[in-house]
Amino acid sequence: MTLHQLNNHLNSVPETAPTSPALRVDGLKAYYQTRWFGITREVRAVDDITLRIEHDEIYGIAGESSSGKSSLIKTIAGAIRPPLNVVSGSVNFDFGTRKVDLYSLKPEERTAIRWKHLAYIMQGSMSVLNPLRRVRQSFVDFAFRHMGLPMPAFLRAVEEHLLKLHLQPGVLDSYPHELSGGMRQRVVIALATVCRPGFIIADEPTTALDVVVQKSVLTMIREVQREMRASILFVTHDMAVHANLTDRLGIMYAGRLVEEGRTRDLFRNPRHPYTIHLIRSLPRIGDAEPRKGLEGTPPNLADPPPGCRFHPRCPIAMDVCRVVVPPMQSLGGGHRVACHAVTGGTVQ
Amino acid sequence: MSGADTALLDVRGVSRSFWTGGLLSRRRIDAVKDVSFTLTDARPEIFTIIGESGSGKSTLARMILNGMTPTGGSIAFGGEDLTTIRKTRDRMRFMSRVQPIFQNPFESFNPLSKVDRYLTMTARNFTDARSQAETDAASDRALRKVGLSLAEVKDRFPHELSGGQLQRIAIARALIPGPRLIVADEPVSMVDASLRVAIVNLFKDLRDELKVSIIYITHDLATAYYISDRIIIMQKGEVVESGDARAVLDNPQHPYSILLKNSVLSPDVPDDDEPQTIERDRAARSY
Amino acid sequence: MLKIFRDLLRFNLEFAIGTLIVSIIVGLSVLSFFSPYPPEDIYVVAPDVPPSWEYWLGTTSRGQDVFWQMTAALRNTLLFGIAVAAISRVISLTIGLVSGYMGGMTDRVLMSINDTFIIIPLFPILVLFYFVMRDSMSWALLALIMAALGWAYDARLIRSVAMSLRTREFTSQCIFSGMSPRQIMTREHLPYVLPIVFSTTLNNMNWSIGMEVTLSVLGFTDINTPTIGSMLYWANQHTALVAGVWWWIALPVIAVMMLFIGLYLLATALNEYIDPRSRLSRMGGAA
Repeated sequence: MTLHQLNNHLNSVPETAPTSPALRVDGLKAYYQTRWFGITREVRAVDDITLRIEHDEIYGIAGESSSGKSSLIKTIAGAIRPPLNVVSGSVNFDFGTRKVDLYSLKPEERTAIRWKHLAYIMQGSMSVLNPLRRVRQSFVDFAFRHMGLPMPAFLRAVEEHLLKLHLQPGVLDSYPHELSGGMRQRVVIALATVCRPGFIIADEPTTALDVVVQKSVLTMIREVQREMRASILFVTHDMAVHANLTDRLGIMYAGRLVEEGRTRDLFRNPRHPYTIHLIRSLPRIGDAEPRKGLEGTPPNLADPPPGCRFHPRCPIAMDVCRVVVPPMQSLGGGHRVACHAVTGGTVQ
Repeated sequence: MSGADTALLDVRGVSRSFWTGGLLSRRRIDAVKDVSFTLTDARPEIFTIIGESGSGKSTLARMILNGMTPTGGSIAFGGEDLTTIRKTRDRMRFMSRVQPIFQNPFESFNPLSKVDRYLTMTARNFTDARSQAETDAASDRALRKVGLSLAEVKDRFPHELSGGQLQRIAIARALIPGPRLIVADEPVSMVDASLRVAIVNLFKDLRDELKVSIIYITHDLATAYYISDRIIIMQKGEVVESGDARAVLDNPQHPYSILLKNSVLSPDVPDDDEPQTIERDRAARSY
Repeated sequence: MLKIFRDLLRFNLEFAIGTLIVSIIVGLSVLSFFSPYPPEDIYVVAPDVPPSWEYWLGTTSRGQDVFWQMTAALRNTLLFGIAVAAISRVISLTIGLVSGYMGGMTDRVLMSINDTFIIIPLFPILVLFYFVMRDSMSWALLALIMAALGWAYDARLIRSVAMSLRTREFTSQCIFSGMSPRQIMTREHLPYVLPIVFSTTLNNMNWSIGMEVTLSVLGFTDINTPTIGSMLYWANQHTALVAGVWWWIALPVIAVMMLFIGLYLLATALNEYIDPRSRLSRMGGAA
């Protein structure tokens, strides 16, 4: 609580830069803390993450199933529920008209913000649309209250929005089961963006889709972003999607950010051994060159290894890696990496 | 053992249809339509079936594993028609030569059972091993083929292991009976990126060193290109293109294969002055 | 197992109270073995004595000590409940697992039998049995009949779980490990339904005890064996309430109500422990 007050205090100081980033995450720690029948467990799903997302950009987060990426976006979206708790750090949004320190707000206010300024696109699109009602009804249920328009004007706005996204307004009269998986996901994206949110969080939105459809959905996301000048936090484990869509990219491993930079820089010149592996091991059509797998398995976040969490699997691990947590250090050009081998950490 | 020229697996004009809907609105759905291919015993290979959801590839896999009977055509393994394999003894003999690997490693082991139980049971039912020491030895031999050992696995529950480890254990289990054919349905789609290559490489080793044929079912063209010898591409139950994997994927002929290949996102980033692929597509559509 | 029991005692109030009540009842029924008078004998003490130092809970109009009579009655009633629950659990487990796993024709036949038992009106059937059997109707026979009538609901519940287990990948893994259907059902699927069995056991005991009391009070059972029901039957026969012998009625009623509440609390606590959703909400509440 005191930390939140401190943050509030800092927020009241005017920014030196003309505009603040769309999202500022500082030293964020969010742990799963469970106490059940007397046994306490702590899983450090998000451990000391600091990042900035600028206005009008797509920021990608890549990570494996135990990397903590889903916990991170839940925390950023303010959609956490116990046992996941924010232990320290802050999440600051700048929605242009309004600046918000998410975790200094009351839970009700946080929910209101989530409806108004944040859009959340998830993997399972079917669960958002009411299976028993026409799509039009889902739009009315979700967006009518937030738009503040009379019904005819609201429906006209929805139709215009769909047309802009190259969707026929006819889909409004269909039932969800009549639409294909890809079409459903596009309708859900349209639904999430109809209120023109300033910030969009997309959590593996194309993972369940077939490749042919995936591309059209990604194109649509890019279009929405360009049209609305929104910021998007795009999470997927699929590196090929990042290469084709995101402007900047953060790589997460075991609850920490290990490398961050412009997507192109990261792909062309990855520095962290984990990133290097992720990128070099990708098979591609037209290239049957043998690729090497990575030894070992991702760590258990309830009991992570000391020092750099990647060191048990790292091909170039040094003594220092087993002891000291590598700090995120800048390499210039917005490229940051947390690796002793790159930034020259030593044992004290 | 069958001779050099007999087919290991002969899939001949296989179809499978389902009926859906109620009494009045019954509709026939052809999940698989007239699929034929042959694997030979002499030359073990990785035979890939590519298709998207609804292409019938998983239905085809179930029929090859004799878990479902074709409604048309026939499947023969080692010259023996699968519909004649019904008695327990015949089915055990069939399973000792054809083994599956499933998609989700966390689902394919009972969370309430220790993983080594599956290895032990397979060793006891399909090999001569009877005593605990013998089944342990058989399990350990199989686990070493996939880069693990029994010491790492014994007495562990599935939730104590990673998806990659579990998938290796599943492969080890499938290897215990000394099968001639492994049917792997999307074996890496649920495995983490950093562990995927290792598993895919393992399939290559199985083919090259253990001479096991593998039917690799996937929607991922890139890994298919990486490991397969031959492929078939399925769309809505039908084979639209087949042949040598590299040749087909380098230069697809059928419109659907071309579409599929063009839809695959390349993991290469464009040069600085060029827009991203997605951006180019967008531009092409807008103007 | 012991640890779970200890944790449940410590953190779940329902469980603690339920355990306390049930242990008192069990303690009382164990005391019946030390009774100074054989429980079936009548006129062993002075009749109609109100509770006093000599006879703690008074005596009946038939010259029995209510306290010792009640210990024997509780023992028999409890044993009855346990017997019915145990036998009917075995039936419902077998039918449920076999029906769910085998599916097809087996499932259809078993479930039509099952549904017949669900819709049979129990009470008239039990009364009918009494009129047919009359004197040969014993405590054990009644337990057997009740068990034969009380398994159907739970068998359906178990079947639905078994059906979903059958489609899980790990079941296919078991089949291809060469396990027999019996091994799969008993070793792999049984652990999943055991929690259901535990919690339904307690409910089933409650149900059968209630049924037994009802039948006994009306005299449709072997009324010479002391049970809570037959105690009440005799009290009614001697118009105990009119005669002012209230303790003859009040105390057995209190005892059986305590037993109901105790078993009910245990069943709810176990249900909550077993149901993952309530586990999650508790974790949420605690954090």
